[in-house]
Amino acid sequence: MDSVISALNRIFRFYYEGFSQMSWWGKRVWIIILIKLFVIFIILRIFFFQDFLQKNHDTEGQKSEYVLEQLINSK
Amino acid sequence: MFENPDLALVDWSRAQFALTAIYHWLFVPLTLGLSFIVAIMETIYYRNGGEEWKRMTKFWMTLFGINFAIGVATGIILEFQFGTNWSNYSWFVGDIFGAPLAIEGILAFFLESTFVAVMFFGWNKVSKRFHLVSTWLVAIGANLSALWILVANAWMQNPVGMIFNPGTARNEMISFWDVLFNEVAVSKFLHTISSGFLVGSMFVLGISAWYLISKREELLAKRSILIAGIFGLLSSLLVAYTGDTSARTLAKAQPVKFAAFEALYDVTQNADLVAVGVLKKSEKKIGDKDLNDFVFKISIPGFLSVMTGGDQSAFVPGINDLINGNSSQGIISVAEKMERGKTARNLLNEYKTAKQNNDLMRAEGILGMFRDKKFNDEYFRYFGYSFISKPEDVIPGVQVSFYSFHLMVILGFYFILVFALALYFLFRGTLQSRRWFLWVALCSILLPYVAGEMGWVLAEMGRQPWIIQDLMPVSAAVSQIGSGSVIITFLLFAVLFTILLIAEISIMIRQIKLGPKH
Repeated sequence: MDSVISALNRIFRFYYEGFSQMSWWGKRVWIIILIKLFVIFIILRIFFFQDFLQKNHDTEGQKSEYVLEQLINSK
Repeated sequence: MFENPDLALVDWSRAQFALTAIYHWLFVPLTLGLSFIVAIMETIYYRNGGEEWKRMTKFWMTLFGINFAIGVATGIILEFQFGTNWSNYSWFVGDIFGAPLAIEGILAFFLESTFVAVMFFGWNKVSKRFHLVSTWLVAIGANLSALWILVANAWMQNPVGMIFNPGTARNEMISFWDVLFNEVAVSKFLHTISSGFLVGSMFVLGISAWYLISKREELLAKRSILIAGIFGLLSSLLVAYTGDTSARTLAKAQPVKFAAFEALYDVTQNADLVAVGVLKKSEKKIGDKDLNDFVFKISIPGFLSVMTGGDQSAFVPGINDLINGNSSQGIISVAEKMERGKTARNLLNEYKTAKQNNDLMRAEGILGMFRDKKFNDEYFRYFGYSFISKPEDVIPGVQVSFYSFHLMVILGFYFILVFALALYFLFRGTLQSRRWFLWVALCSILLPYVAGEMGWVLAEMGRQPWIIQDLMPVSAAVSQIGSGSVIITFLLFAVLFTILLIAEISIMIRQIKLGPKH
């Protein structure tokens, strides 16, 4: 147990020191990464990119039926 | 073109996907190539302990890190688009797409994310050996991530290893190995990653040339040019070799695309390979589609036949033969494929009716037919043709295919020359005095990106109208959503990616100007 805690502590300190001693460019790109992930996963995903089949059908069977209908009747 | 009610929706959905993919591909190839160059430099540092090699490694690693970080997650947007804009397609491909993309996600997360942290935070904290191993694992992991994406893309170009289940309206994977070792996937993977190596090499060569022009960091620049020159020359030769292999594969798997990028209309023995040419619209037509004539061309006699069939007597089918059929060469006409596709589609309709009427015996019988190899080979493989209204609709844009292919090939030979000259001048000790060449190298940084994008334009535009070759056209794949929302997100992406690109370029230029000491 002690060895696991010690290993986790070392991993934590590794990342903590890495982030706290980060260079100018490192801090800049992390800011960009966080803004980008927010835009992609919060704004775009929630407001613009909902899964079409998930949104309109409740079950896998309904999704199958819908797509089968599309495949048969699309012109 | 098709009897689709909303062409604007299809076109905007395609434009949005193209925009995202093109921007995404500005970040990826540098990661693929620069990761290996950094790993090679660190290996030399590990072996000889020279501080200058460590300094070099850390400098190029910084530029790698900027590109890697800015590019992270730009590909996720493509997956969002599958679910929103291309839902019929996403459902139809089933687990064929899901499995490779899931493996890619796990690899990207565990290999890259873990070891990238060791690469950047681990100097003087982990052993030199462990740090080196981490750097190599990042390089290998990044390239393996590309493998799974390319396996998924290759399946769209040449669908194999699956069976269609009318009960779920999905394709089901029956052989993972057939999907993984799909001949299009193998050649596409090798061609694509070697083009990424080329991007990385030209990037290092160009920036090092700038240091020599500025009379700064001369030792670092020369050593970097040595590594980039050798790696770049080998990569550009590999690109040429794998490009040739890819073309041979296309000649079998996507003959219309192959004929389009050579603007070849009629079947011929002893077919010439067009090295350079200019096209113009012809007065001749296939159906309502204009043909193209050459204004001028320089050809290599008989080489296309040699390339595809091994000798000059080999037949190379042209677009006319592929559309109208050629019984002497065993080529089925598109009209015949349309009939066979409709047979498969009618059976699908019959299956639905049988299920609705609770006619389980008939439904089971049809399911059995879709599992039968002969039915798949003779009918279901042409399923997508049932959506086509005129045979000529399966001809892709000949001019865009021809020019994107030839520009890519010409640039490929140019890269071989640039890397060979860089090494020649370096070994002769005359590199610094050849300022014209240093400027050429600096100005060439963008050209491998152009070549790579042309490759993707050819791969994707050259296979239109298909989203899955012969099985599903783009018009049948699109979700029934309003084109207005697709236009809005298209514009959002254009803004987002442009900001990201400007951020990357400005941070990189700042770091390059600061140089390795900082």
